[in-house]
Amino acid sequence: MSESAITGTRIRERRQALGLKQSALAASAGISPSYLNLIEHNRRRIGGKILLRLAEALDVEPQALSQGAEAALIAGLREAAGDGCGAPELARLEEFIGRFPGWATLMLAQFREGQERAQMVQTLTDRLAHDPHLAASIHEVISVVTAIRSTAAILVETEKLEPAWQARFHRNINEDSQRLAEGATSLVRYLDAAPGQEVSGVRSPQDEVDLFLEAHGFHFATIEAGGVGAIDDLLAASDVLSLPASALMVRGLLERYAADAARLPLGVLVEALAELGPDPAALAQRFGTDLPCILRRLGMLPPENVGPVGLVIVDGSGAILLARAIDGFSVSRMGGTCPLWPVFRVLAQPGVPLRMELVQASRDARPVTALAITEPLGPPDFNAPPLVRASMLLLPGAEGAEPAAVGTSCRICPIAVCAARREPSILSEAASAEA
Amino acid sequence: MGKLVLLIEDEPNIIEAISFILSRDGWEVKTHSNGHDAMDVVRARRPDLVILDVMLPGRSGFDLLGDIRGDAALEALPVLMLTARGQRKDREMAEAAGVNRYMTKPFSNADVLEAVRDLVRE
Repeated sequence: MSESAITGTRIRERRQALGLKQSALAASAGISPSYLNLIEHNRRRIGGKILLRLAEALDVEPQALSQGAEAALIAGLREAAGDGCGAPELARLEEFIGRFPGWATLMLAQFREGQERAQMVQTLTDRLAHDPHLAASIHEVISVVTAIRSTAAILVETEKLEPAWQARFHRNINEDSQRLAEGATSLVRYLDAAPGQEVSGVRSPQDEVDLFLEAHGFHFATIEAGGVGAIDDLLAASDVLSLPASALMVRGLLERYAADAARLPLGVLVEALAELGPDPAALAQRFGTDLPCILRRLGMLPPENVGPVGLVIVDGSGAILLARAIDGFSVSRMGGTCPLWPVFRVLAQPGVPLRMELVQASRDARPVTALAITEPLGPPDFNAPPLVRASMLLLPGAEGAEPAAVGTSCRICPIAVCAARREPSILSEAASAEA
Repeated sequence: MGKLVLLIEDEPNIIEAISFILSRDGWEVKTHSNGHDAMDVVRARRPDLVILDVMLPGRSGFDLLGDIRGDAALEALPVLMLTARGQRKDREMAEAAGVNRYMTKPFSNADVLEAVRDLVRE
């Protein structure tokens, strides 16, 4: 549906650009105005003759009206061909889409569905394999079953069992059967309460954290006003945190947020921003605070205070703990991020701030200014493992700067020659350059 | 006097049941229920066979097995491992660490008895 959606919108845009009325265009294409209206609002799929007549009336190539749809299909099916088997005839892909647009759309939809399912299976497997509560409950049940089985066999198989032993084993079985009943009940309760019964709703704790932060626009007015005390209410009021792990992760994030807000209250920060602009170094000097705190504060302000802003926080292993995207620079956890990002570069030199102008290699990318720094975590101690966390603030790119090209994730990155590449891109440009 | 079996297991009613069936079969049974100081007991008692649970408080059965095989005096000591986890990975880990027999819970008394007889006869 989204493919044909593009066509309808394009027809409408083109008609309005020419200053044509709907009725006039409909007449010259030989269709009724109400039908054209449905087409323009993407309520009807079109192709063939009607598309040709509309294109002629609008004085454009028919491909210009439908190209968006085809481009999405071509890219998607190329990806499907790369993942699948059976050696599809890539050279005839466009012919296939042209002749069987319906089948092509269906194929792409099924491919996407397959990808989602694979992801879901992974999430479920992770949950089962790494769920400590489940492992402990099952271990408890098996231990008790073992004791019961062994004791019951003694009672049945031992000839002339002394009454004292018999009484003792009876008592053991009775005790164990009560424990078993409790263990089994708790296991059933846990499995019943586990989320994910509605198939599309399966989410990892990290997904829930993301949803929670996005729902609040990464800003928490009640914490700004009430400090740490406001956290419980925020967690209780949320309907996206269904897993205990995600509530715990959000609590950690919010506690740090509250600590940052206490050091740098919103009022004075906004005042200083108006005077100095979003310049973390100047702000850090003004307030005598450290840079990571400033980056986090700026990165979690509402746009009306600071303008468009993004924030990425990673731990020492490069795992993304928090991701707020800025327009034109996408951040995705799927498939791993681009190692060229400054947030990874600063991990090598804790405490040394880095400012870079960046642009992602993709069509709708816009240049950004990235400011990153790594800070140590935990209490200082000799020979302790170096636990660190890196923060990267993203602001709209500076005028006249020459941004360095970075990627989003290797799989969808078109940069042909890159020392940091860890897997081939599915985009044809990069693939053919490598071959 | 029968041969000595040392049972290292933390579930009291399993301890009682295994002790009972082995004693009736003529074995002398000593028990110990945590991993912390289990090695001291192994060295002091000098058993003919150790029955070792995997999930123990303190040190795991795998750790203890490593300690036993790492001690020149205990190299040949037969070890029967009991575990609630029957996954291939765990079995392979136990075999790599030098276990003589590996049994998953819940087991039958007859199987335990047979395993103990086999291991000591060898």
